[in-house]
Amino acid sequence: MTIAKGLRIARVLLSSQYAYMLEYRAEIALWALSGVVPFIMLALWSQVDASGAGPQALGLNRLQLSRYFLSAFIVRQFSIAWVVWAFEEDALQGRLSHALLQPLHPLWRYLSAHLAEQATRLPFVAALVGLFFLLQPDTAWLPSLGQALSAVLAIWMAFAINFLLQSAIAILCFWSERASALERLLYIPYLFLSGLVAPLEVFPPGVRAFALWTPFPYLIAFPAQLLSGNPLTFRGGFAAMAAWIALLLPLVGLLWKAGVRRYSAMGA
Amino acid sequence: MGRYLLTLRRFWATALASQLEYQLNLLIDLVAMAGNLAGSLFVLSLFYGPGRSLGGWSWEAALVVLGTYTVLDGVASSLLRPNLSTIVAHVQQGSLDFILLKPIDSQFWLSFRTFSPAGLPEIVTGLGLILWAAVKAGAELSPVRCLATGLMLGASLVILYSLWFGLATTSIWFVKTWNATEVLRAALTAGRYPISAYPLRLRSLLTVVLPVAFLTTVPAEAILGRASLSTGAASLLMATVCLLLCRGFWGFALRFYTSASS
Repeated sequence: MTIAKGLRIARVLLSSQYAYMLEYRAEIALWALSGVVPFIMLALWSQVDASGAGPQALGLNRLQLSRYFLSAFIVRQFSIAWVVWAFEEDALQGRLSHALLQPLHPLWRYLSAHLAEQATRLPFVAALVGLFFLLQPDTAWLPSLGQALSAVLAIWMAFAINFLLQSAIAILCFWSERASALERLLYIPYLFLSGLVAPLEVFPPGVRAFALWTPFPYLIAFPAQLLSGNPLTFRGGFAAMAAWIALLLPLVGLLWKAGVRRYSAMGA
Repeated sequence: MGRYLLTLRRFWATALASQLEYQLNLLIDLVAMAGNLAGSLFVLSLFYGPGRSLGGWSWEAALVVLGTYTVLDGVASSLLRPNLSTIVAHVQQGSLDFILLKPIDSQFWLSFRTFSPAGLPEIVTGLGLILWAAVKAGAELSPVRCLATGLMLGASLVILYSLWFGLATTSIWFVKTWNATEVLRAALTAGRYPISAYPLRLRSLLTVVLPVAFLTTVPAEAILGRASLSTGAASLLMATVCLLLCRGFWGFALRFYTSASS
């Protein structure tokens, strides 16, 4: 495939998916809103901070805490993946058979759908961030260019890891119809270890060391720290993310090859 | 009344029989429950460092709140989610017509048609956690107090049901409000922690607008013997108002139901 042809396919896929997603903007706004957990947790942690134990107890002051959780919210919004559900539905409804006949890997289609959905999400997230700053004007900050670029890169890599993890689980659909149950199980360590509910600074050292061996803290906490401009507690965050991607990418490829061989179209 | 009880027994017996076909699901639900509980305990423990506590609640008292949340979550996955999530599909496909034609109350049918054992482990564990933590916190479990706690728990279930059903009802107009209940679920996670742990402004919001306070904090206060008579009365009042509103809203919404493709 030449580069020009690849670019054309990418453009067509992205613009058609974007038009499709715009149709569902109300639903996507609700999805964006269902990511309120970091704000609930911020309310709780800010009270701990205010209750007199002092910022030392947390290792973060009030401003840093607010910025961290706001960043965690943003990172989650733009790194979320839902391949499992889309893939499961397509497999059950038989749409996957059509996609497999096309001279394009079906995962590219899901990838473009995700990117288009993120573009649709952008205005809602911006509005929510604006509202947050309106309610707490003193927390407003503008990351430096370097911070912003590294944060964007980290969010993209976090999205890549999420996407690959979910794709691997989705491909298990070829063997079992219960792939989404597996995704439910994966969500549990993600929720508690990623830094979505508590900054990694407050974890006991043992748990934190353990968490750093899993991919989860790199999905929220690391990009959020970069974006919020808080002192970095990660060493080699980008290297770890690259390693996870390097591990997952061939795994997804292998699983796909093995899975497609087992595929017997649903309802055929 | 007898007819409804009989119908309910038939509904749940058939649902249970069909659900037990999938035994692997049960195992997954158990693992998910254990993981969720462990995670919640871990996060809660983070709030209890040296010289820190959550809104003035002791560790054991906060566990009672977490137990209440677990019970509610179990009821949600056993009853609310399996039933109320189908309303959207019924509206979308027009099969709501058939339900409206049945000689039984449509809200009853929609709310109790099926039952999933998925939430049972959570309900049992939650109740166990409430009792164990309450005893640990030094609460005397007199029959009167147990009765009061049961009453408060009942009120919180009614409130939760009314919120959920009211939100699902909006699908009559908007059809695809399936993720509106997702937003509700996300917001309800606030109930994992006692209400006094939140900033003052948020506390009133969580009491009046989204009555999370009545969902978990009040039942926990009841068993710990901290609830005043007025809080109990407020909780019962809230439950009655919510139920009446949700009932009225369903009747109102049905007037706008025009069936699919018409």
